[in-house]
Amino acid sequence: MAKRVGAEGSFAVAEAVRLADTDVVAAYPITPQTHIVERLSEMVADGDLNANFIYVESEHSAMSACLGSAAVGARTFTSTAGQGLELMHEVLYLASSMRLPIVMAVTDRALSGPLNVWGDHSDAMATRDCGWIQYFAENAQEAFDLTLCAFKIAEHHDVLFPVMVHMDGFHVSHVVEPYLLPDKEELGDFLPPIDYPYPLDPNKPVSMGAFAPPAVYSECRKAQDVAVNGTIAAVANVWNEFNKQLGRQYKPIETYKTEDAETILIAIGSFNQMASVAVDKMRAEGKKVGLVRIRLWRPFPLAAFRQAIKSAKNIVVFERSMSYGGTVGPVCAEVKSALYGIKDAPRVTSFIGGLGGRDMSPKHFEGLFKRAQEIFDKNLDIQYETIGVRE
Amino acid sequence: MAKKDFELTWKEIPVGAIVHEPGNASEYQTGDWRSQMPVLDRDKCVKCGICYRFCPEPCIVKDDEGYYVADLFYCKGCGICAYECPKDAITIVKEEH
Ligand code: SF4
Ligand code: SF4
Repeated sequence: MAKRVGAEGSFAVAEAVRLADTDVVAAYPITPQTHIVERLSEMVADGDLNANFIYVESEHSAMSACLGSAAVGARTFTSTAGQGLELMHEVLYLASSMRLPIVMAVTDRALSGPLNVWGDHSDAMATRDCGWIQYFAENAQEAFDLTLCAFKIAEHHDVLFPVMVHMDGFHVSHVVEPYLLPDKEELGDFLPPIDYPYPLDPNKPVSMGAFAPPAVYSECRKAQDVAVNGTIAAVANVWNEFNKQLGRQYKPIETYKTEDAETILIAIGSFNQMASVAVDKMRAEGKKVGLVRIRLWRPFPLAAFRQAIKSAKNIVVFERSMSYGGTVGPVCAEVKSALYGIKDAPRVTSFIGGLGGRDMSPKHFEGLFKRAQEIFDKNLDIQYETIGVRE
Repeated sequence: MAKKDFELTWKEIPVGAIVHEPGNASEYQTGDWRSQMPVLDRDKCVKCGICYRFCPEPCIVKDDEGYYVADLFYCKGCGICAYECPKDAITIVKEEH
């Protein structure tokens, strides 16, 4: 029977890693990820999780240890945030190109400087192109569910890619909230033991991470790109299976009150919950607004996204990171690219906010809808506005 | 290697670009990066093997008669063998490509 427990999102993630019978955890503590790995370390020390915990000296080493661990076919988990994710950066590309099924929880945090340890998507967006499957959890329950699903997705023989489970630093990692913690029995055979098909084995030697000269590098890259784009259905299938087993449904693109919506807000992460309250209030006032949450960020579910915004005349993007010197933020760039060329494409405007732990309330989201309407009505030539900043 | 790297299509790249034939790097010709090559004067050579020890590749092999000869499939033409040879038995000559 599932227990209803009150816990931080961090502890919910640790519980998922424990229930998955993870073999190896290699991690270095960093705010706001610390509670995840602290709890896992405790579980290992207390004998509640029969895993090897590798205490490394940096995030670069953490991810490097994960490569080796995954390559021998062990179920492997790590977690980091912000600067730590940046320090891992070069190794992230090795994990995806070598198709190693590593699961990583990222408690998304701002990047320095100035130094800031609070929630923000700068770290997530900086790793956008590293070839991992990346999706977002918005609360403790989702953090638990989606971490558990991540092992099944990463290890699926139709997938074999590392998976990043993003959750907002503090708003998800540190907020104590109730969530349903299932027991092993309830999971059934949802998560079978790992069966990595190419484990390092002295009796069947292989070389991993070899070099590729110009004559074959492009072929390797195309193979990887096609493969990761081909995982969308497998990700969705695992989420469907999870729903069958535990009764909570996740989808690559999720919609909220979008039927007949003329103005659709598009956002990623926990602030969607604030945005949905604003949508409720405005709907009650008769305004045709809706919300599209991008759950699966990489690979980007283009077809589902286009389907989800079909009714929209206006699109408002809200995002928690900047692309310094760019035309818009990374999420808006993705949205505009996805819309370009479709018939009667909606107008798009975008806002950047919630940086470095700055809160966004439902009221702020209402204000954002209003400002967007003004931009559309007056046909203002504005690519994006940074909101909530003192002038 | 069943196929050379420049013959592989993207569909033929194994998952994770894993090399399933260990040791097949030896089939990869690296000698074509060279612009000059060592030429051995067998009359001067005393078969001491110093060049063999110093070659960084290492691609100098002992032939049936006991002479140390560069395997041009891998030789980079660096000239170290010629520099180290105590008998000046090796000359580095430019190659036309
Ligand atoms: S030229 Fe350099 S690589 Fe070639 S045989 Fe001599 S030492 Fe070895
Ligand atoms: S070092 Fe010179 S003398 Fe000695 S084996 Fe090589 S070529 Fe011959």
